[in-house]
Amino acid sequence: MASSIPASAPAESAAVTLHEARAGRQARRARWQIAGGVGFVLLVAAVAVAAPWLAPHDPIRQSLRARLAAPTLEAADGKAHLLGTDHLGRDVLSRVIYGARVSLLVGFAAVLVGGAIGSALGIVAGFRGGWADSIIMTLADAQLAFPFILLAIGIIAVLGPSFPTLVVVIGLSGWVAYARILRSQVLSLRSREFVDAVHALGGSVLRIVVRHVLPNVLSSLVVIATLELARAIVLEATLSFLGLGVQPPTPSWGGMVHEGREYLDSAWWISTWPGLILMATSIVVSRTGDWLRDLLDPTLKGE
Amino acid sequence: MRALLSFIGYRLFRALITLWIVSTVVFVVMRLSGDPVPLLLPPDAPRSEIFRVRAELGLDRPLPVQYGVFLGNVLRGDFGRSIHFREPASRVVMGYLPATLELGLTAFLFAVVVAVPVGLLSAVRRNTFLDHATMGVALVGQSAPTFFIGILFILLLSLKGGWFPTSGRGTWAHLALPALTLALFTMASVARLTRSAVLEVLRADYIRTARAKGLAELLVVAKHTFKNAAIPIVTITGLQFGTLLGGAVVTETVFAWPGIGRLAIQSIYNRDYPVVQCVVFLSAVLFIVLNFLIDLIYGFLDPRIRSR
Repeated sequence: MASSIPASAPAESAAVTLHEARAGRQARRARWQIAGGVGFVLLVAAVAVAAPWLAPHDPIRQSLRARLAAPTLEAADGKAHLLGTDHLGRDVLSRVIYGARVSLLVGFAAVLVGGAIGSALGIVAGFRGGWADSIIMTLADAQLAFPFILLAIGIIAVLGPSFPTLVVVIGLSGWVAYARILRSQVLSLRSREFVDAVHALGGSVLRIVVRHVLPNVLSSLVVIATLELARAIVLEATLSFLGLGVQPPTPSWGGMVHEGREYLDSAWWISTWPGLILMATSIVVSRTGDWLRDLLDPTLKGE
Repeated sequence: MRALLSFIGYRLFRALITLWIVSTVVFVVMRLSGDPVPLLLPPDAPRSEIFRVRAELGLDRPLPVQYGVFLGNVLRGDFGRSIHFREPASRVVMGYLPATLELGLTAFLFAVVVAVPVGLLSAVRRNTFLDHATMGVALVGQSAPTFFIGILFILLLSLKGGWFPTSGRGTWAHLALPALTLALFTMASVARLTRSAVLEVLRADYIRTARAKGLAELLVVAKHTFKNAAIPIVTITGLQFGTLLGGAVVTETVFAWPGIGRLAIQSIYNRDYPVVQCVVFLSAVLFIVLNFLIDLIYGFLDPRIRSR
C-alpha cells in the first residue's frame, strides 16, 4: 500500500521513506497485537473445550458445608476452592471455566447466524435492487433506530430463554453491518463489464458472489465478525445477568454475576471473578477487532 | 424552505415506518406467545368462561382483523390491562417513566459535561500521556459490560467505600452511581468522537491560517476549531441519548432503580406481557421522536444535510 504513494521530488521521497518505515513499524506491531488477541481467544476456547479436565470440582454440585467459602489456597479435601465458593457451595473456579463454554458457543454461533443472514440479505439487496433493496434497507434503518436489547428482551420473554432462541436473537441483533458491506460491494461490481461477461457465459449469481464478491469483502467481514463477537459475548452475558439467558444451573458468566449480586457484601468473589474474565474477554476481542481493522481495512474506520 | 419541508417530511415518514415495523414485530411476537387467556383466569375456570374471555379480547377473530384492531389500540395508547397491577398497562408504565427520565437525563448531562472537554483536551494534547491515558480508559468504557461496571461500583464505592447507597431512589447519592454507570458508555463514545472531530478540524487549512496570523492557541481552539467540530459532536451525542434508554434496562436492574427498564424485567418474570409490550413500544416512540428531533437540529445546524 505504502509503495503506491507517488514520490515526485527527492525531498518528498525522504519523507515517504520515513512514512513507509513508520507504517511498517505500525503494521508489525499490529500483527503482534492481533496475534496476542487471537491467542487469548484460543486460550479461552481451549479452556472451554477442556473444561471437564481442567475444572477442579463439579460446577453444579452443591455443598451446604462449603457455602460462601472465601478464595483460598488451602485444600480441605485435596482440591482447594481457589476462587471461593458461591451461595450453594459450588466451586467458583470450576463454574468460571465451564462458563467459558456458554460465552464462546453463543458468541460464535450468533456471529455465524448474523453473518449468514446479513450477508444473504446484503447480496439480495445489491443484486435485486428495487423494492427488495428498499425493504431490506428500511429494515436495517429501523433496527439501527432502536435499542435492540429491548426487542430482544420482549422476544425472549415470550418465547422463553433457550439456546437456539438466544443464538438467533443475538445473531439477528447484528446482521446490519454485514448486509451493508456486501450490498455496497455488490453494487460496485454489478455494473462492471466482467460481471456482464460472467452472466453472458452462463455463470450464475452464486458464482459471481463466490468468486468475485466474497474475496473482495473477506477482510471487512473478518473485521466485522470480530467486533460482532465481542458484542455478542457481552449481550449474552447481559441477557444471562437479567435472567433471560442460559438458565441455571448451567454456569454462565453473566448468570454468575447475577447470582452473586445478593452476596456482594459478604462474598464479593462470586460476582467479581466471572465479571473480570468477561470484561477481559470482551475488551481483548473488541481491541483485536480494532487492530484488525487498522491493518486490513482502514476504510471501515468511520463506522 | 421547501427543501427543509421535504427534509422534515422524509424524516417524519421514516420515523412512522420505523414505528410501524416495531408495532408489527410486537404483534407477531405476542401471537407467537400463544393464548394469553389461561394467564388471565384462575386455573380452574370453566371452558365457557375461557371462550367468553377469548371472544371479549377479540382473539376468536381472523388474524388480519386482530392486527387491525391491535394497530388501532396502539395508536390510542391502549396495551390492555396489566395482569399483575390490575390496571391499564399504559398507566402503570407512565408511573415508572419519571424515574427513568431522571436517570437518563442525569447520565446524559454527566456524560457530555465530562466527555466533551476530555475529548477536546485529548485532541489538543495529542499523543501525550494524558491523551493515551484518557483514550485507554474510553476504550475500556466502550467495551466493558455495563452491568459488571455497575456491580464493581457497588462493590468498591458503596460496600467497601461506604460513600453511596447500593440501591433505590431518593437522594442525589442514590442517583450518582446508576447515573455514572449508565453514562460510562456514552461518555467513552462521545470523548472518542470529540477527539477525532477536533483532530479533523485541526488539520484544516483555515486553522493553519489562524495560527499563521498569530492568534493565541486558546483562541484557535476555542473559536475556530471547536465551533466547526461541534456539528458531528451534537449529532452523535444526541443519538447516544437513545442508546441510554437501552442501557437503562440493565442499570436499573443492577441498582434496583424503580424505572421502566426494571419494570420490564419484573413484568417478564410476572408474565405480565401487556406491560412488557407497552415498555418496548414506549421506548421505541421515545427513541424515534428523539432521533427525529436530532435530525431536525442537524438539518438546521448544517444546511448541506437538508439537500440529501
